[in-house]
Amino acid sequence: MGKVITVIVAIVLIGFILWWFFDKHEQVEVKAKKTGGNEQEVKITVDGGYSPETVVLQKGVPATLVFERKDPSSCLERVVFSDFGINELLPQNEEKKIKFDTSKAGEFGYACGMNMFHGKVVVK
Amino acid sequence: MMSYKKRFIISLVLSLPLLVDMVMMPFGLMLPAYNWIALVTTTLIMALSAYPFWRSAWASFKHHHANMDTLVAIGTAVAYFYSIFAMFTGRPVYFESAAFVTVFVLLGQVIEESMRDNASSSVEKLLDLQAKDADVVLGDKIVKVPLAKLKVGDLIRVKPGQKIAVDGVIVKGNSSIDESMVTGESMPVRKEVGDDVIGSTLNLDGTFTFKASKVGEDTLLAQIVELVKKAQNSHAPIQKLTDKISDYFVPLVMIASILTFVIWYVCLGSTPVQALLYAVAVIVIACPCALGLATPTALMVGTGRSARAGVLIKNGEVLEEVDRLTAVVFDKTGTITEGKPVVTDIVAENEKEVLQLAASLEEASEHPLASAILAKAKAEKVTLLPTADFISYQGKGVCANISNKDVFVGNKHLVKEKALSEKLKESYDKLQEQGKTVVFVGEAEQVIGLIAIQDAPKKTSKEAIELLNKKGLKTVMLTGDAPKVAEAIAKEVGIKEVIAGVLPAEKAKYIEELKEHETVAFVGDGINDAPALTTADVGIAMGSGTDIAIESGGIVLMKNDLLGVVRALELSQKTFARIKLNLFWAFIYNVIGIPIAAGLFVGVGLTLSPAFAGLAMALSSISVVLSSLLLNRVKLSV
Ligand SMILES: [Cu+2]
Repeated sequence: MGKVITVIVAIVLIGFILWWFFDKHEQVEVKAKKTGGNEQEVKITVDGGYSPETVVLQKGVPATLVFERKDPSSCLERVVFSDFGINELLPQNEEKKIKFDTSKAGEFGYACGMNMFHGKVVVK
Repeated sequence: MMSYKKRFIISLVLSLPLLVDMVMMPFGLMLPAYNWIALVTTTLIMALSAYPFWRSAWASFKHHHANMDTLVAIGTAVAYFYSIFAMFTGRPVYFESAAFVTVFVLLGQVIEESMRDNASSSVEKLLDLQAKDADVVLGDKIVKVPLAKLKVGDLIRVKPGQKIAVDGVIVKGNSSIDESMVTGESMPVRKEVGDDVIGSTLNLDGTFTFKASKVGEDTLLAQIVELVKKAQNSHAPIQKLTDKISDYFVPLVMIASILTFVIWYVCLGSTPVQALLYAVAVIVIACPCALGLATPTALMVGTGRSARAGVLIKNGEVLEEVDRLTAVVFDKTGTITEGKPVVTDIVAENEKEVLQLAASLEEASEHPLASAILAKAKAEKVTLLPTADFISYQGKGVCANISNKDVFVGNKHLVKEKALSEKLKESYDKLQEQGKTVVFVGEAEQVIGLIAIQDAPKKTSKEAIELLNKKGLKTVMLTGDAPKVAEAIAKEVGIKEVIAGVLPAEKAKYIEELKEHETVAFVGDGINDAPALTTADVGIAMGSGTDIAIESGGIVLMKNDLLGVVRALELSQKTFARIKLNLFWAFIYNVIGIPIAAGLFVGVGLTLSPAFAGLAMALSSISVVLSSLLLNRVKLSV
């Protein structure tokens, strides 16, 4: 009896893992807010990943990405934009402002220092 | 939140009683009230040291992500909560598994963190090499000015043993300068008035004054640091593979762990506790971080190491292209050769006299061949004689009266057939054969000597090209010169194939053609050859030593020397080979480690407790970082 229950629980668990991690889940895109004097700013919370994962910036408008890391994991303590050579330390529970070059349109991925968490900046 | 170090120390100290018990166990001894001690210490370890793992695991779980922390969190939580359950139902407890896994994983994190910092800081350390201040000359006074306050145009005095603060040009004095920190050249360089000096290099013996031409972010050193930082954080295409793997890795490990439990408990009929230990070991031994660290750490150390050898590699993509290279194409003038004509041979009864007459005649001339002759005369310490009745024959040569004799210097159009002795004729043909430009020096109507002039190869060109040939690369010369001249130089340095008479604008087209059958590197200077550099699979731009051609070329050499090409290719290959080795190791580690932890080899007595699985996990990511750091010690053939 115990073995039957074990098998059933295992199947349910595996099913859940497959659904939770591999099924496509809705990702929200967040547009940057305009701040005074023709600039844009967007806040990204770092906690077990980047939220929002995709931010949209307007081309040609000077932009600042504000990262706030709540997660203690060493994975997330650095943020790397490989297209721009940016590799910044994110102090925990502090706002870290990173200037972002919006002169070129496109999709620019970024990742944590270990390249395990990914986010995206879309310039258009 | 506490640092890894603190969390590690806390977990280590608190787990000591458990360790003591484990050591005493074989002797049949046991701590009194072991279960209670274990419960208290492990609970503290979980709350203080392991809790951050649980917290980040939960945070990423909510984002549909899983990572290293997820695995550590599940492993420790299962062992810990099961033990509490076991304690109150009178079964054997496994607190030490939860405690030791935490200790080992944190140990790994502490070591890995310090090694990673070590890998990334090597280039920024270059900036620490800068002088803190400089002695600025103001009228007849000398004032100490901090580095940040220096301006373009400042006159700066440098004494022996002092660092040169910024880039500039010497206006007074001369000295030997050690430029190894920037160009990788270990021999000191002699500099005089008019020569460029590079900021942060070391003045060795003389005192001189220079005029600052670049300060702050414009200095060569600042640009190098910027470029290398970019390279260190760039992506190597090979990483795309690991990006994909890391997305699936952790969830798949969780499934593997569940299956391990089911198979042991349901199919093989082991006790639930035994099955659980195997399942936990599987979770704990799997290490996605080794895979994640493999490429970036090697890229970081490799590009930093290269920069110190005077080779700037722009990004990870270049490394992979270098790995596939089959041909290296060289520009001739200024790349293989010195870029300015020099006197190579003087053929005459009296060589000194011929040189003296030629130099005296050419003194007034602006012709590049004339400057070669004058330079030779200066080097040989020949005194120039006064000339009278100077006549210049356009495109032919010059005549004048020296010490009451009619003397001439010119090309074959100036010389009559008969004026050449049999012996000189022979030498002339031989020099022509070698692709040299020959000028005739004569007295009255008779030719008395020949001077051969050539843009000679740099001293190191031959050695460098031989090394490349030995590596099995096809070496090609691409030049605008006449075929005869080009072939003579190619033969001298050992280049296999010559494409001569190419207009500068056509170079890129020839590279394009070569690319149909080969993976091509082009070596040239960054300004004139920019199109060819961009067209080639790998563009290697030769620096002039003071200005780096940052825009074109995937690799920039700080020193204008072909051995740098050999060095660049070796460093790229070694870095790329290290990336592959790291990936292979990280991969194999998981492929072998997970089955062992799952108890697949229990038949041959090979099993791992969760605690040892945690240790193996920590060691695997440390070993990857260590392997990358070893790139710093790699030996180069030149
Ligand atoms: Cu790991």
